[in-house]
Amino acid sequence: MNLPQRAGTVAVVSITRFIEAATTPLLPADYLDLFIPLRAGADLRGRIVSVTPETQDAATIEIQPGADWAGHVPGQYLRIGIDIDGIRQWRAYSLTHGPRADGRIAITVKAVPDGLVSHHLVHRASPGTLVHLEQAAGEFVLPLPGGRLLFVTAGSGITPVIGMLRNLFPVSADGVLKLPRSAAYDIVVVHVAPTRPASIFRRDLEELDRSGAIRLIARYDDEHGVLDVDDLEALVPDLAQRATFACGPAGLLEALEAHHRVRGLELQTEKFRTTFHVAGQGGTLSFAASGTTVSADGDRPILDVAEQAGVLMPSGCRMGICFGCVLPLREGIVRDLRDGAVTTATPGDGVVIQTCISAAAGDCHFDH
Amino acid sequence: MTVIQKKADNPIAHLSAQDIEELGRELDAIRQRFLAERGASDAAYIRSMIKTQRYLELGSRAVLLFSLFPPAWVVGTAGLSISKILENMEIGHNVLHGQWDWMRDPKIHSTTWEWDSASPSDQWKHAHNEVHHNYTNVIGKDNDLGYGIFRADEDQPWHPAHLGQPLWNFVNALIFEYGIAAYDLELGARLKRKQLDDPEFKANGKQVLKKIRRQAGKDYLIHPLLSGPSFFHTLGANVVANVVRNVWAHSVIMCGHFPEGVETFEKRSIEGETKGEWYVRQMLGSANISGSRLMHIMTGNLSHQIEHHLFPDLPSNRYAEIAPLVQELFEKYDLTYCARPLVPQVYSAWHKVFRLSLPNGWLDTTTPRNLPSQLVKLYKISRGGAKVRRAAQARMTQEARRIAAERGPVVVPQRRVRRDPLAA
Ligand SMILES: Cc1cc2nc3c(=O)[nH]c(=O)nc-3n(C[C@H](O)[C@H](O)[C@H](O)COP(=O)(O)OP(=O)(O)OC[C@H]3O[C@@H](n4cnc5c(N)ncnc54)[C@H](O)[C@@H]3O)c2cc1C
Ligand code: FES
Repeated sequence: MNLPQRAGTVAVVSITRFIEAATTPLLPADYLDLFIPLRAGADLRGRIVSVTPETQDAATIEIQPGADWAGHVPGQYLRIGIDIDGIRQWRAYSLTHGPRADGRIAITVKAVPDGLVSHHLVHRASPGTLVHLEQAAGEFVLPLPGGRLLFVTAGSGITPVIGMLRNLFPVSADGVLKLPRSAAYDIVVVHVAPTRPASIFRRDLEELDRSGAIRLIARYDDEHGVLDVDDLEALVPDLAQRATFACGPAGLLEALEAHHRVRGLELQTEKFRTTFHVAGQGGTLSFAASGTTVSADGDRPILDVAEQAGVLMPSGCRMGICFGCVLPLREGIVRDLRDGAVTTATPGDGVVIQTCISAAAGDCHFDH
Repeated sequence: MTVIQKKADNPIAHLSAQDIEELGRELDAIRQRFLAERGASDAAYIRSMIKTQRYLELGSRAVLLFSLFPPAWVVGTAGLSISKILENMEIGHNVLHGQWDWMRDPKIHSTTWEWDSASPSDQWKHAHNEVHHNYTNVIGKDNDLGYGIFRADEDQPWHPAHLGQPLWNFVNALIFEYGIAAYDLELGARLKRKQLDDPEFKANGKQVLKKIRRQAGKDYLIHPLLSGPSFFHTLGANVVANVVRNVWAHSVIMCGHFPEGVETFEKRSIEGETKGEWYVRQMLGSANISGSRLMHIMTGNLSHQIEHHLFPDLPSNRYAEIAPLVQELFEKYDLTYCARPLVPQVYSAWHKVFRLSLPNGWLDTTTPRNLPSQLVKLYKISRGGAKVRRAAQARMTQEARRIAAERGPVVVPQRRVRRDPLAA
C-alpha cells in the first residue's frame, strides 16, 4: 500500500472508531437500521414489493433485497425469515427468476396444509413488510454447457425449474425469445399437479411448449391419474439419453431415485423437506464442542442429562426464570416440561432454548 | 420487619400446604394464558418502544449539540434523561430478563443485548436474574436486600456503622449505575474477604472497567467534543441525565422490595421449597407502585414488581393486564397486596432506611421531648462494645413494647389459623 492509501485507511478506521465510541453500547448500525435497513453493510434484509396470486393456494412474492444481495444462479433457493405472531420463522424458497434488471427477486410459495409460513406468505403477507434474508444457496442449477435434460417436477417443485427456464427463454411482448446461449439445451419437462387449475406456472409452461423452447408433458392427477415413475420411459422415450433433474414431494423423489438407480441413469434432486421432526419421547443429545453424545429421557431436563454426562453447561435458577441456561439448538425438537409446548429447530433458524425446562422430544444437536 | 417465620402474626399461618399448592397452580394457569396470547402485538410493542427510545436519544443528542443556548440545554437534557430511563428500565432490564427471547430476533435477545449502564449485561444477568430473582428477600442469600452494605432487616444486628446508611443510600442513588456494577462484582464482600486476586474477579473487574471507560467516554468526552463550543454544557447535560436516570432507577428499585409491609424470609425456610411456596415468597416479598400507564412505562413496569417477580419472563407490557388477576388471588388467599403510589412508597422505603440505621426500637421510643436524652443514649450505645449494645438493645426493645401496649391494643386482622407449612 502506498502512503496516501494507508493514510486513507487509517482515517476511515479512526472515523469508524469515533462513531462507534459515540453510539456505544450500541453500534452505529443499530441507529442506521431505523432509517435505511436495506443499505450496504446492513444485515441482509428485503422488503416485500408485491404479492401476486398464482393459483388458489399459491402466490408469487416479489422482494427488493438489500444492497448486499450477491445475486444468484437460477435454480438456487434462499432462506427467508419472517415474523409471524411475533416469532421469527425461517424457511427456504426457490428463486423463480433469473437475475433481473430491476434487482428484485421473486419466490413462489404454495400453502401446504397447516403450513405456518407458507400460509402467511400466500394469504397474509403484505407489500412493505421487511423480511430477513440469507444469500442464495444450492447446487440445483443448470449444467453450464447445455445438453439433453429432463425435468420431473410436482406441485411447488416447479419453482426452481421455472427460474432456470425463465432465465434461458425470456418472454417479451413478442413472445418467447430464443437466445444463442439457450440453443445448446434440449429440455423436456414432466410436470405433475393435482388439477390443471391448481398447476402453478401452467401458462408459462404452456407458452414455452407452444413456442418450441421446451417440450411439456403435463400430468394432472384428476385427468391422467397419479404418475407412476415406471411410465416415464413411455412418456419420454429418450429418457436414457437425458440427465434428470427432479423436485417434488419426498415420495416421488424416492421412487425416482430407485427407478434411476436400477437403470444407472443420472439424477439430481432438490428436496423441499430435508429433515422432518415428529415430537416423540426422548432422544439422543449431541454436543459438538465437547464431543459428547448421550441419550435423554423425555421427562428429564436437557440440563440435568447433559451435566450428568459431563458437559459443562451454563445454568442458573434451574426453574425456568433466569435465562442463565439458554443455548442455541442447532437442530432437533424439544418439549417444554412446564406446559408441553414443542419447539423444533433446523440449522440456521436461530432457535435458542432454556435447557433447564426443556426435555428432548427427539434427537437434538447443540454446537456447545 | 422481622423474617416472616418469626412474626407473631405470621401472614401465611392460615395457609395449608394444599392451599399453597393450589395457589401455585392458579398462578401457573395465569402464566399459561398469557404465554398463549403472547404474539404480534407484544412484538410490535417492544419494537416501537426501542424505536421511540432511539429516536428520542438521537433527537436529544442533536439538540444538545447547541446546548450553549439554555432552551436547547433544557430540552436536550430532559430528552436524554427520559431516553436513558427508557433504555435501562422498560427496554434493557426486560430484554435482559429474556422477556423477548421468544421472538427469536437475535437483535432483541437476552444473550446479545448490551445496555447503557456501567455493569456489563452478562454480570448483571447473573447477579440479578439468577441470584436476586431466585432468592428474593431471603436474608443472607438475596444480596439485593441492602445490597450487602445496608442493614435491611431488624434481624440483622445493629452496628454503629449503620448510622451512616441514609447518607450512603443517598450517595448510592446518585451513582446508582456504579453501585450496581460494584454490587454485581460482589466488590464489598471481596474487599472484606481480601479476595481481590481471584482470577474470575479480576477478569470481571477488567470487563467492568472497560465498560465504564466506554460509557464515560461517550457521555463525557465524545458528545461534548461533537458539541464544539457547547462542550461544557453538553458535558453537564450528560452528567445530569445520568444522575436523573440513577436517582429514578434507585427510587423505583427501592420501592420493589424495601417498603414497609414487604416480608423477608429465613434461609432455612427455602430448603426444599415447592413451586407454590416459591410463588408465595415472591408475592409477599415484593411491592408495587400504583399509577398511570406512563408511570408504569417509565419504571420499566417494575411498578408491577409483584407480577414481575411471579412471572419474570412474561413481557412487561402484559403486567398491567395480569395485575388484577394476581390481586384477586391475593384476596382469595387473604394475603396483603403491597401497593402504594410512588411518593408514599419511596417515603416508606426511605423511612425504613432511617429506622434500620438506628438500633431496633430507638425511633419508636423517641419523642420530641425526650430527644436529647435519646441522643445521649444513642451516643453511649455507639461508643460501647458489643456487650453494651446488646444490653441496651434489650432494654430498648422492652421499652418499645411497653409504649406500643400503652398506645392501645393493635388490631390484628383475624385469620384462620392453620399449620404453617413454611415454618420448618
Ligand atoms: C431448498 C428448498 C426449497 C424450497 N422451495 C420452495 C418453493 O419454492 N416453494 C414452496 O412453496 N416451498 C418451498 N420449500 C418448502 C418450504 O421451505 C416450506 O417447507 C414450506 O413452505 C412449508 O412451510 P410451512 O411453514 O408452511 O409449514 P410448517 O408449518 O413447517 O409445516 C406444516 C405441515 O406441513 C408439512 N410440511 C412441511 N414442509 C412441507 C413441504 N415442503 N411440503 C409439504 N408439506 C410440508 C409439515 O410436515 C407439517 O405437517 C422449499 C424447501 C427447501 C428445503
Ligand atoms: S437455569 Fe434459570 S432459566 Fe434455566
